[in-house]
Amino acid sequence: MKGQALAIALIIASGVATFIMSVSTMQSLKLTQATFYKDYRFADVFASLKRAPEGLQTRIREIPGVDRVETRVSAAVNIDIPGFPDPVTGNIISIPDIGEPLLNKLFLREGRLTEPFRDDEVVIGEAFAGAHGFTPGDKLGVIINGRRRDLTIVGIALSPEHIYQMPPGAFFPDFERYGVMWMGRTPLATAYDMKGAFNDVTLTLSPNANVNDVIDRLDELLKPYGGLGAYSRKDQLSHRYLSEEFRQLEQMAAMFPVIFLGVAVFLLNVVISRVIHMQREEIAVLKAFGYSNFDIGMHFVKLVLMIVSAGVITGITGGVRLGQWMSNIYMEFYRFPFLKYELRPEIVVIAAFVSAAAAILGTLHSLRKAALLPPAQAMRPEPPATYRETLPERIGLKRLLSQPTRMIIRHIWRRPVKSLLSVTGIAFAFAIMMVGSFQGDALDFMVYVQFGLSQREDIAVTFVEPTSGTALYELQGLEGVEYGEVFRSVPARLRFRRRSYRTAIQGLRSGGDLQRLLDTDLKPVELPLSGIVMTDHLGEMLGVREGDLLTVEVLEGRRPVLTVPVAGLVKQYLGVSAYMDLSALNRLMHEGNAVSGVYLATDSRYLPGIFKKLKEMPRVAGTGIREKAIAKFYETMGETILIFTLINTLLAGIIAFGVVYNSARIALSERSRELASLRVLGFTRGEISYILLGELSIFTLAAVPLGFLIGRAMCAYIAANLKTDLFRVPLILESSTYAFAATVVLVSACISGLIVRRKLDRLDLVAVLKTKE
Amino acid sequence: MTDNSISNTISPGSVVFSARTVTKVYNMGEVKVHALRGVDMELYAGEMVVLLGPSGSGKSTLLNILGGLDTATSGHVTYHGRDITGAPDKELTEYRRVHVGFVFQFYNLIPSLTALENVAVVTEIAAQPMDPAEALALVGLGNRLDHFPAQLSGGEQQRVAIARAVAKNPDVLLCDEPTGALDSATGIVVLEVLERVNRELGTATVLITHNADIAEMADRVIYLSDGLISRVHRNERKKPPHELRW
Repeated sequence: MKGQALAIALIIASGVATFIMSVSTMQSLKLTQATFYKDYRFADVFASLKRAPEGLQTRIREIPGVDRVETRVSAAVNIDIPGFPDPVTGNIISIPDIGEPLLNKLFLREGRLTEPFRDDEVVIGEAFAGAHGFTPGDKLGVIINGRRRDLTIVGIALSPEHIYQMPPGAFFPDFERYGVMWMGRTPLATAYDMKGAFNDVTLTLSPNANVNDVIDRLDELLKPYGGLGAYSRKDQLSHRYLSEEFRQLEQMAAMFPVIFLGVAVFLLNVVISRVIHMQREEIAVLKAFGYSNFDIGMHFVKLVLMIVSAGVITGITGGVRLGQWMSNIYMEFYRFPFLKYELRPEIVVIAAFVSAAAAILGTLHSLRKAALLPPAQAMRPEPPATYRETLPERIGLKRLLSQPTRMIIRHIWRRPVKSLLSVTGIAFAFAIMMVGSFQGDALDFMVYVQFGLSQREDIAVTFVEPTSGTALYELQGLEGVEYGEVFRSVPARLRFRRRSYRTAIQGLRSGGDLQRLLDTDLKPVELPLSGIVMTDHLGEMLGVREGDLLTVEVLEGRRPVLTVPVAGLVKQYLGVSAYMDLSALNRLMHEGNAVSGVYLATDSRYLPGIFKKLKEMPRVAGTGIREKAIAKFYETMGETILIFTLINTLLAGIIAFGVVYNSARIALSERSRELASLRVLGFTRGEISYILLGELSIFTLAAVPLGFLIGRAMCAYIAANLKTDLFRVPLILESSTYAFAATVVLVSACISGLIVRRKLDRLDLVAVLKTKE
Repeated sequence: MTDNSISNTISPGSVVFSARTVTKVYNMGEVKVHALRGVDMELYAGEMVVLLGPSGSGKSTLLNILGGLDTATSGHVTYHGRDITGAPDKELTEYRRVHVGFVFQFYNLIPSLTALENVAVVTEIAAQPMDPAEALALVGLGNRLDHFPAQLSGGEQQRVAIARAVAKNPDVLLCDEPTGALDSATGIVVLEVLERVNRELGTATVLITHNADIAEMADRVIYLSDGLISRVHRNERKKPPHELRW
């Protein structure tokens, strides 16, 4: 009983721990986020534009519902870091010359803000500083508007706007090659040619303001000034990534504890039923002495509660540790200035109460049976259990089965529900393992599709503004560049009926090799010469099908509004893009041979030289090196994934072990008499082990396909819930994931089998024969 | 212990078992219980012996030691001249498998197997078994082959147990209170079966009971009390079981 109680307590502990971990991490991050947002005045609405006179601010402030407004200058820059050869890009945002920003205030980790009107000082983001080991006093070169400036770092800061930082257009954070920094408004405006003007505005809303109305009015105001479309917090990138993370945590908080608790309840039911069965005589004696049904019931309730308490206490302790640990991991990806870890007492109460209630409800049936058994009946020995021939035997397989095998099958068949639940319990161990490995598999696959099949360039060079297509020849002339393809990127709002989405239309050369579009089978498809092609997810969001006529509001240049037919949908897991043939796009834009950038295939040996040359080109706004970003991302993720795999393995092991061990112990208890009888009749230890372990083997083996199905369904559920315009998680499970899950579960099953086998070897033959069942 | 070491062909009147100054001490916590205090006895081929004594006299302990289910604390037990005292588990298992048939008070049938299968479970692993159906016919259950234990009366269950014990053609049949859980009429039917097996198959049989009336069907009666053989009595006339009354 000790081992069984321990196994059940461990399963309850696992459930409580995952619950406490997910909920406390989520609540802590939410609290941290809310505190940071509030104390540092995170804006409600954001908008970028080409350039507007400062005077426009007054009119923005007059929009009903607007509380505070802050205009800013924001500039994409190239950064030159001594001793770091790779191209580094960044975003410099203005802060007021004097005093703190009104909105999106900075949390200074080190140093100070810039001194008024100093044009050689900069405050940099903590993530960027950390990646390069910068401290206040260090210098870096920043190319603003084509002109290099040497700036001194005076402070290291965090902003509620950049809790999650991603280079524009990228899919992974890259703290080494992308940095956010802040500079005084006047010096930045001077350098960026924005004196008396702004190109970025953020604002907060008064209570009860309608955010959509404000956005509409703001868009109206900014339209003549090249407004790129205002958006609210929910579309703000950093905020959105955080929200996605919270949703994942919520899912985990709901899914895992339910599985563990379900398995624990089942096992408690089985074990308590058995205990009651074995103690029926004692119960009868107690009742004969005058103990009431309630007294007897309470005795077992106390037993259940003891097991549950052990599980809940261990689970809470473990859950808090895991929660703190996990919150700290999140701090590596999400740049909060501080972490407010909290475990709300009601969460602990809920965990304890739900576990106890579920456990008691689960055992209620057996408790009732124990309480209602009339004493006289309980003291009589039970008649032999009733068995029948099973279906496989009736259809003629009986001849093939030895007597021990018949014993195994009939025993399983006798209590089909219990057998099925045992199988299901073990199956969940597989499922948990698979869920653990699924994210890694899906990520690998997404990266493979995106960067192995679709985006195959080594370097993406973007220009400061649309440039003549002849720029390609200059870049192709660089030593080490093997091949190049131009592209055009046009920001646009796509509308279909009442739905719209803001994205960029990528103009590509039809028949290109570096940027390939993929169909649903991930086969490359040719870009049609007319019409627009879009990601299937974007198509779904807009509700368009091939052949529909789409309204395209271009948000650049002369801002034409066009009607373009949808020529097809393509498969893409990251982002939501639309694609057109470059010439067709330029025709629509009334542009000649304009390009936004060039994709290059290079010989990696020449990369340092190429980077050096690119840095010297004033028209080059940014250089994306995907491979390094991915490598860095994996490096960061690697450790986390490893630890998560470890935890999941442990959890799955606990379930598999718990279910198999309990099934084995119950089976041993139920059958020790007949197994001992067989030993007396001359069966060897191996032969009786076959009967007991054979049953467990059948359970475990039957759990394999079921576990794979449940695991796949759970992964599919997770994938469906993670479907956003940022990314879609494909339901990809590598065969190694199945194999690993099977290995962990089978090993756990074998260990519990071996433990029970040892007990079998110590079966007391004489004692068993003396007692009646 | 292998088949080579112990002959299966036993001449009538030869010694099957011999026990020499066998003692057995159980450690029950702090208390030592002397179950056997130096027992000497022989069992001859083909004979029917009743071990008679009150509860706690040591008869079950002796039977278990003879059957290889338990080991003596001191002394020696030989089976056909071969010392089985202190034999390893593997040999004792083989010994039980080949040479010994057991019948217990509580039948110890496998509830998930039919009467036929309960016999077959033993014949499947035996060297020279009889047909399971034949064994059941011998105990008068030829028409109950496909019944599960739950569908059989106590007496019928015990007869299945006897069929199971004899089906492997053992050299000895060891029966521990085979009628203990049965009413007298049913008990007599069971004893008739045992008598028939002993008579027809010539299987040496040791029968434990605390019921002195049953002793009258034996060739010899060995009285045990307090872990010692107090008396051995040879019945001049074996009473057939149907003449017994209790």
